[in-house]
Amino acid sequence: MLAFILRRLMQSVLVLLSVALIAFAMFRFVGDPVNQLVSLDTPAEQVRQIRESLGLDDPVIVQFLRYVANAAQMEFGISYQFRQPVTTLLAERAPATLELAFVSALFSLLVGIPMGVYTALRRDGVLARVFQAVSLVGVSLPTFLIGILLIYLFAVTLGWLPSFGRGETVKISGSWSTGLLTWSGLKALVLPAVTLGLFQMTLIMRLVRAEMLEVLRTDYIKFARARGLSTRAVHFGHALKNTLVPVITIAGLQLGSIIAFAIITETVFQWPGMGVLFLKAVQNVDIPIMAAYLVMISALFVVINLAVDLLYAMVDPRLRATLKGA
Amino acid sequence: MTVSAAPAPAAATPVKPASLLTRMRDSDIWHSFRSSPLTMLAAFVVLALALAALFAPVLAIMNPFDPAQVFLMDANIPPRWSEGGDERFIFGTDDQGRDLYSAILYGMRVSLMIGLGGVFLAATIGITLGLVAGYVGGRTDAIIMRVADVQLTFPAILVALLIDGVVHALLKGIPREQTVFGVLILSIGLSFWVQYARTIRGSTLVEKNKDYVQAARLVGMSTPVIMLRHILPNVIGPVLVILTINIGLAIITEATLSFLGVGLPATQPSLGTLISIGNKYLFSGDWWIVAFPGFTLALFVLAVNLLGDWLRDALNPRLR
Amino acid sequence: MNEPVLSVRDLTVEFVTRRGTLRAIDAISFDIAPGEVLGVVGESGAGKSLTGTAVIGLLEPPGRIAGGEIRLSGRRIDDLPPGEMRRLRGKRIGMVFQDPLTSLNPLFRVGDQLVETIMTHLPVTKEEARKRAIDLLAEVGIPAPERRIDGWPHEFSGGMRQRVVLALALCAEPDLVIADEPTTALDVSVQAQIIALLKRLCRERGTAVMLITHDMGVIAETADRVAVMYAGRIVEIGPVREVVKNPQHPYAKGLMGSIPSLEESRERLLQIEGSMPRLAAIPKGCAFHPRCPHAFARCHVEKPVLLESGAGRVACWLYDGDTVARAETAA
Repeated sequence: MLAFILRRLMQSVLVLLSVALIAFAMFRFVGDPVNQLVSLDTPAEQVRQIRESLGLDDPVIVQFLRYVANAAQMEFGISYQFRQPVTTLLAERAPATLELAFVSALFSLLVGIPMGVYTALRRDGVLARVFQAVSLVGVSLPTFLIGILLIYLFAVTLGWLPSFGRGETVKISGSWSTGLLTWSGLKALVLPAVTLGLFQMTLIMRLVRAEMLEVLRTDYIKFARARGLSTRAVHFGHALKNTLVPVITIAGLQLGSIIAFAIITETVFQWPGMGVLFLKAVQNVDIPIMAAYLVMISALFVVINLAVDLLYAMVDPRLRATLKGA
Repeated sequence: MTVSAAPAPAAATPVKPASLLTRMRDSDIWHSFRSSPLTMLAAFVVLALALAALFAPVLAIMNPFDPAQVFLMDANIPPRWSEGGDERFIFGTDDQGRDLYSAILYGMRVSLMIGLGGVFLAATIGITLGLVAGYVGGRTDAIIMRVADVQLTFPAILVALLIDGVVHALLKGIPREQTVFGVLILSIGLSFWVQYARTIRGSTLVEKNKDYVQAARLVGMSTPVIMLRHILPNVIGPVLVILTINIGLAIITEATLSFLGVGLPATQPSLGTLISIGNKYLFSGDWWIVAFPGFTLALFVLAVNLLGDWLRDALNPRLR
Repeated sequence: MNEPVLSVRDLTVEFVTRRGTLRAIDAISFDIAPGEVLGVVGESGAGKSLTGTAVIGLLEPPGRIAGGEIRLSGRRIDDLPPGEMRRLRGKRIGMVFQDPLTSLNPLFRVGDQLVETIMTHLPVTKEEARKRAIDLLAEVGIPAPERRIDGWPHEFSGGMRQRVVLALALCAEPDLVIADEPTTALDVSVQAQIIALLKRLCRERGTAVMLITHDMGVIAETADRVAVMYAGRIVEIGPVREVVKNPQHPYAKGLMGSIPSLEESRERLLQIEGSMPRLAAIPKGCAFHPRCPHAFARCHVEKPVLLESGAGRVACWLYDGDTVARAETAA
């Protein structure tokens, strides 16, 4: 087991290093970092000093190692647009994005799994067909269009929910201000969370359905029926457990991508999160922010992946056995 | 009794080589296509919209890209049937005074071109790398698949955004209008290749150990010839499904990039750009600028996805 | 003879497909007496497994019972509501599938699957069920059952898993066990052990067995009576000694001819020309007539019924009184 975790950690570090290399390459070679910090009339001497202070004259490998060392300490340089440390900018906006992502992930799992199970068990039912149709529409509508639709319906026409912003937030510790504790904060969260979670929800539903249908065809389910177990025990005891094992992996990856997808939702709802910051960085070629965001997202994916692997090993005895043997 | 109605074994009748057309007509795929009205409807929608986009210059009442034909005083006119509508503009006009109907036709043209271009680029890159990785193996395989793994950890839209940002930064001197098409196709192509590469590599690994490949190698055929002439035709099947589904995704990606303001500018609108423009006017009640391009986009992608779903099921009968 | 455990009359199973309705089982009838072992043989696709599946009520759409009736100890069961049929499964009728590697749910401990099944059918506490499970595992020959009961299926070998499957099929003392090719997926060395175990367990409990297999050797060794199936019909049924030694139906003759025998040394094993028809193209009349060396005009038009012949019954016009009489007159 330990060997497995170590091997996984090694792989993760490798992934992170290669992402850092891309980030560094962007940082170093796409647009000279110095030109962004100086204006045309800056004296040449001062430019030279800046170059030196940034270490741009050192060998590339040294610069890369320095970049990695800094990144490990959450140090990503100064934003060209805001003239502020990237880390500060990201930290200010992280709570908004993380809360949004968490709530939408919860929404997509809590709704997607039961819908998938239902559509698999009642393949020919009317409601199951409706769910199937809705899911197909769900994956066909671009996220931003869903957001616009929801805004038009619930904010503009009905006036029930706010169309932008986080509502009132409460500072709970240091830099973390949450919108989960106020009524207006919760109300503001509904539309963005649904918009962001809808695509993942339909994916999870379709995945659970396909996987469950596959499991229901297996011999052990046939044998469980032949043993006279109740339909309930067969479906929810046996089939569901076997269905969820592979679903864990893909759902984990999907949930990770929610944070990246948040870029679109945040733009539609003017949500003050990291996604909007990243988008502004892309538009204004603010490389330090782009690079930092890239590294952060991949770190997040690595963590989620590790968690999924461990969860997987906890659920599946076969895997556990091969791990012990290894 | 139902069974005995079947004709006697066909051994007696001489076997004629069936033409491609007959073979297609008798195939299960064609049958499953004909027996699914929804699929036929989807195919019709895709075809109709694609033709409309192709013949946009004939069907449109104006060229929305031509500033000489657009008048600002015609801006924000509602659809013809609602109050304040104008005879000339069936779906109304946008904030520049462009006829929405014409803008949608031209916009769809742009969306389709970039979507298809991106998907074909992705497929070309993916198939090539997949074939090479699977056939050559060893270190080449390891490197290609590691790159694929790393990229797979990022959603396509993020990769596309990054590439878009980086390439535009590298091409800083050149006006955006000239590069935006190429950059969008490149972004989409580089974001979607992984799936093709993985699929092709998997089936190539299986095919390469089969006798016919061994035989080709023994006869002394060169590696590229074996890969292209012998392996490729046998592994290309599943790619069709990915291709179909990816067209929908690519069009969504282009629309999203344009909506986010890093894709096509307002002077060369795609469907996404039009929706983005309309979004600004949603609160003042000018719903039509968003509604018609949005509906067209959703309809097209939905129809393509329906086709993709059907194709996947038809090629994989295990899923009933 | 007392009332049969299983009595099947004119059972017909059809599949509704887009190319029309296919008749997979065509009006078959047979009985199984208490404690009796009925072997069912035939090529793959003859409808053996489907018969078993239909009896236990697990046909899946588009398959359906289109006619006939199935009685268990005299009570009709083919028209039972699903809930009642489910309570019969595992309790009155047990089933053993072909592949022990896929019959057990890999994510559940062996013991949990046993306890779950026992508690579904018998009014016992969890502790009692567990004790019973350990006894059963011991009985089917699993060494150290107190320890193995908490093992996962993947920790058992194929033969051991089939023993667990037998324990599962027998855990509620059913009257009938349907064993569908129980040894086909196993190593040859293990096959005999499993068959012997099945035979012993069922004899001890007086359980009747419907043993579905294409292995004539297994039938000859195990069964009391045997039914030979061809293209969805029973072509011959009778005591195993009779059918093996002296088969009547031309197809059965061919089938028995293909068992190598130690006593008689024939020049070469008999072989039947051609292959069984597909469901969609079952010929009119006797389904076997295109391959039958003795076929005559009547076989092409009229479907043969099961006729008394010797100790068993056979579906072949060769044994019809009229035909025989006519043939004798002609001669």
